[in-house]
Amino acid sequence: MTAVTETPRTGAPIGDGGIGQSVRDSLVVARRNLIRMTRIPEVVIFGLIQPIMFVVLFSYVFGGSMSIGGSTNAGVYREFLMSGIFAQTVTFATAGAGAGIADDMHKGLIDRFRSLPMARGAVLTGRTLADLVQTALTLLVLAVVALLVGWRTHTNIGEVLGAFGLLLLLGYAFTWIGALIGLSVRTPEAATSGGLVWLFPVTFVSNAFVPTDNMTPWLRHIAEWNPFSAIVQAARQLFGNPGVADSSAWPMQHPVWASLIWSVLIIAVFRTLAVRKYRNATA
Amino acid sequence: MPGAIYAEGLVKTFGDVRALDGVDLDVPEGTVLGLLGPNGAGKTTAVRCLTTLLRPDSGKAVVAGIDVLRHPNEVRRSIGLSGQFAAVDEYLTGRENLQMVGQLYQMRAKAAKVRAGELLERFNLAEAADRPAKTYSGGMRRRLDLAAALVVSPPVMFMDEPTTGLDPRNRQALWEVIQELVSGGTTLLLTTQYLEEADRLAHDICVVDHGRVIARGTSDQLKARTGGERVEVVVHDREHITTAAGLLEGFGKGAAAVEEHTRKLTVPVAGGAKLLAEIIRELDARGIEIDDIGLRRPTLDDVFISLTGHAAEEAARNTEDEGAAPGRGKGSQGRKSKKETVK
Repeated sequence: MTAVTETPRTGAPIGDGGIGQSVRDSLVVARRNLIRMTRIPEVVIFGLIQPIMFVVLFSYVFGGSMSIGGSTNAGVYREFLMSGIFAQTVTFATAGAGAGIADDMHKGLIDRFRSLPMARGAVLTGRTLADLVQTALTLLVLAVVALLVGWRTHTNIGEVLGAFGLLLLLGYAFTWIGALIGLSVRTPEAATSGGLVWLFPVTFVSNAFVPTDNMTPWLRHIAEWNPFSAIVQAARQLFGNPGVADSSAWPMQHPVWASLIWSVLIIAVFRTLAVRKYRNATA
Repeated sequence: MPGAIYAEGLVKTFGDVRALDGVDLDVPEGTVLGLLGPNGAGKTTAVRCLTTLLRPDSGKAVVAGIDVLRHPNEVRRSIGLSGQFAAVDEYLTGRENLQMVGQLYQMRAKAAKVRAGELLERFNLAEAADRPAKTYSGGMRRRLDLAAALVVSPPVMFMDEPTTGLDPRNRQALWEVIQELVSGGTTLLLTTQYLEEADRLAHDICVVDHGRVIARGTSDQLKARTGGERVEVVVHDREHITTAAGLLEGFGKGAAAVEEHTRKLTVPVAGGAKLLAEIIRELDARGIEIDDIGLRRPTLDDVFISLTGHAAEEAARNTEDEGAAPGRGKGSQGRKSKKETVK
């Protein structure tokens, strides 16, 4: 019954609703978020200060009293610690994604986007991609600081890059959890605190800062199956750093596979949920 | 044939609140419909349903000839939305904002850039084009938001309270832009709490309250229904009130309403300015000194009060205070609430 009236338009439309449009729209949104980052450098700078503080505090406060593989040498703990800090840094980026999306909702930008003929997931994909760029930059700076305090890798460049790749993939997966939180809360403030609060148990009930050997069995069990532990174990292995847990749990024995599987699984589940939430979002 | 914006029996509930309770709209191509009502009347919900942001529980909506519920993405290509809260990215410059919106309307990067430049010129933002929108004044932000809605020159536009919060000068300027737009053939649905705005911009007006359209017609039709012109007289001396009232009733079509403390008398009349002159002569002849006299035509405010039993602003305040509670008392005493539904 509908005689579709042709829209007068400036320039030929290129949207075809296909994968090409999804990619293009996501990149347009990613660009927007990256421009924003350059206009609010404070956010990037604070994002850097926090992990650097962790490196310094943990190294020098806990450094001498931790026993890693029988050694209480502070240098050994520092090498043990770095993979944990790297992993913590990529996961903490989730809070930023959540806060950013909640802020867009609050300000009516999500309404604007949802009224445009753009690809459905592009607003969220664009945001998570921009966060990935920021996380990569943070990791780079952090790696330099780590080298300065004495962290070293003992493997080849391929394995080291592989470790950073895995870290970024897990970080990317986690930003989808952040995106879902951002879409679910009412204010950017709630997204910031809500986006952080669950990360503490996730990052601390793990092998990141202390070896799991001394945990009570049930807690140790949780820690060993924690996706976060898998990536830390994988990174230690690929960097050739001390403290690779000698455990019978499958993710600890195959940490690279485990973190790959976890990442893909998290993206599949949380991307689906977040995009669905976005479609029905109301400011 | 249905108009460029057509809705039938739109219903949307949020929990217990029926935000839309069976709304019918029909906006012929190239005309402006003003959706007039207090806060919480359902205006924004109606716009959100028609612009694909919200799925109604039931009902039918067709925009630019396309079924909104079945083909939302096609509808999005044909509409522009300018919101109540200026939805621009405040950290992006005006130019970057418009370019981004153009690209998301699926224009090529280059075309989007050219179009952004044109719009910045047209909306008098060229000088501020490369400053972050954060630095813009309220009026500039609104203009940028409106420009963003016009990137593809959509045949159908929705504006949700476009001038809320603007100062009179900026409001005036925005009205001119909107009028220019409409003279170019765009179909526009506009929501507003400002009766003056609907009066000035809209061809047809739908008065909305509690999620229903309680009256519709042109501004003149609605005004005629509230009962035409009135003469208002403020006498200087309190003693003269009774005499003056008697005199006025002789000229008028009904009883004079008297406000003792302001010494103001109001009487419905038919006859306009000529009658006014006669009344002045007669008052003078009887030695009744007056402070003020005037012929008052009904405003849309009067329309609103006579339809809903409360003024638009009072309703807005009450809605905020009491949420969905049934009794809305304040300010409506003494005025008979007669809700009527006109076809």
